[in-house]
Amino acid sequence: MTRMLQRLLGPVTLASLALTAWLGLWVTPPDRVQGDLARLVYVHPALAWVALYLSFGTATIASVLYLWPRTRSVTADRVAVSAMEVSLVFILLTLATGSIWGRPTWGVWWAWDARLTSTAILGVFALAYLALRRANDDPTQRARRGAVFAILTAINVPIIHFSVLWWKTLHQGASVLTSTGQLNVHGSMLWTMLIGFVGFTLLFFWLLRERYRLEVKRDRLVASTVDEALAQRRREGV
Amino acid sequence: MIRVAGRVARKDLLIEWRSRVLLWQVVPFGAMALLLAGLALGPTRAGSSGAGPGLYYLVMVLVTLLAAQRSAQVERAAGTRASVATLGLDPAGVFLGKALALCVELWAIGLVLGAGTVLFLHTALRAALVASPSIAATLAALAAAGTLYGALTTGDGSAATLLPVLALPGFSPLLIAGERSFSAAAAGGATGSWWVITLVALVVYLAAGVVLYGVLEDA
Repeated sequence: MTRMLQRLLGPVTLASLALTAWLGLWVTPPDRVQGDLARLVYVHPALAWVALYLSFGTATIASVLYLWPRTRSVTADRVAVSAMEVSLVFILLTLATGSIWGRPTWGVWWAWDARLTSTAILGVFALAYLALRRANDDPTQRARRGAVFAILTAINVPIIHFSVLWWKTLHQGASVLTSTGQLNVHGSMLWTMLIGFVGFTLLFFWLLRERYRLEVKRDRLVASTVDEALAQRRREGV
Repeated sequence: MIRVAGRVARKDLLIEWRSRVLLWQVVPFGAMALLLAGLALGPTRAGSSGAGPGLYYLVMVLVTLLAAQRSAQVERAAGTRASVATLGLDPAGVFLGKALALCVELWAIGLVLGAGTVLFLHTALRAALVASPSIAATLAALAAAGTLYGALTTGDGSAATLLPVLALPGFSPLLIAGERSFSAAAAGGATGSWWVITLVALVVYLAAGVVLYGVLEDA
């Protein structure tokens, strides 16, 4: 059952993203105010959901599991690094699609908006996490320090969010659900958005799985290289 | 824990007092950075734009990086970690002690650079005095954060370049909150909401340090 689901993950992801593209570009009508520019709404919020909540959340939970002695395992560490790397890709895509929307709407590629600024800071956090891991050769030290930094990043997220929100914001409010619980988007637009969310969520899990496999292979390669070097030293009689 | 914190803070401050590294290297760096900031703005804007609070915090963030680097470096000396482990010192106490020492150092440097901001960037002395409690709280939060990020790079060959990458994103909300408080004080406005950011960050970093510093020492 699990194996079948894993096999289906790639094709279903591709199909849902293709469906989002078709609905978003050809089926849904242009927006009354923003015209074709509004089609970015089928992509941008879904990318942000994966970048800021799903992948960062996964990395944080995996890091907590790694630091907790009862649940400590190399699997948790591999999931954390894989999720953080995927998060960085999605953060960059979120910023790029936000800028493409911002140029005609605000007149500039970059505005000192709360969400833009806090997303960019989170991107630097993700970069720093990967830099920290590259700086440590010892696997245990690398995993522990990475886990601590991921948790520090997670507890920083609300502080950064509120600081930049109070500082200045231009970003539009909630597009789908208002604070009163009323739906703001309807019809084919809403369905396209929902399929986009499903598609990008599946893409996250597919990328996470592939990146995890790479991490396993990398660990095996490092272990075999060390074994080979030790065997060679033995042959040399050292 | 409190006793260990007091002893570690005393040890770190004594090291700084004897070596005078902060006095002869970090303070001149901060003063020069403040002057360069004024030069970058130009003669007109540097004196009248109200940029003083922002530039003060920008320089203090850079100074914090140097001071946190120095504080973590002290723990890198040969045998220090082994001694700490042998003595069975409470890691939470070590963290609090190091954060306290760094905080005292930042307060001292902040005082000097605050005077520089009033003198060179024409920020009103009254505004600096009104903002001084928020400056003290922001520098305390920077010290706690700096100690924690410094510990993440302890024993690493590339610590000098790694620390800024790790710490600067974490410092950003403190820079915003500190600058807003200082600017509000200069304009005679209320600073209430910005205090929340500073105090929450301070409590969060202290709590995280107490819980996680031991994990970093083990690593």
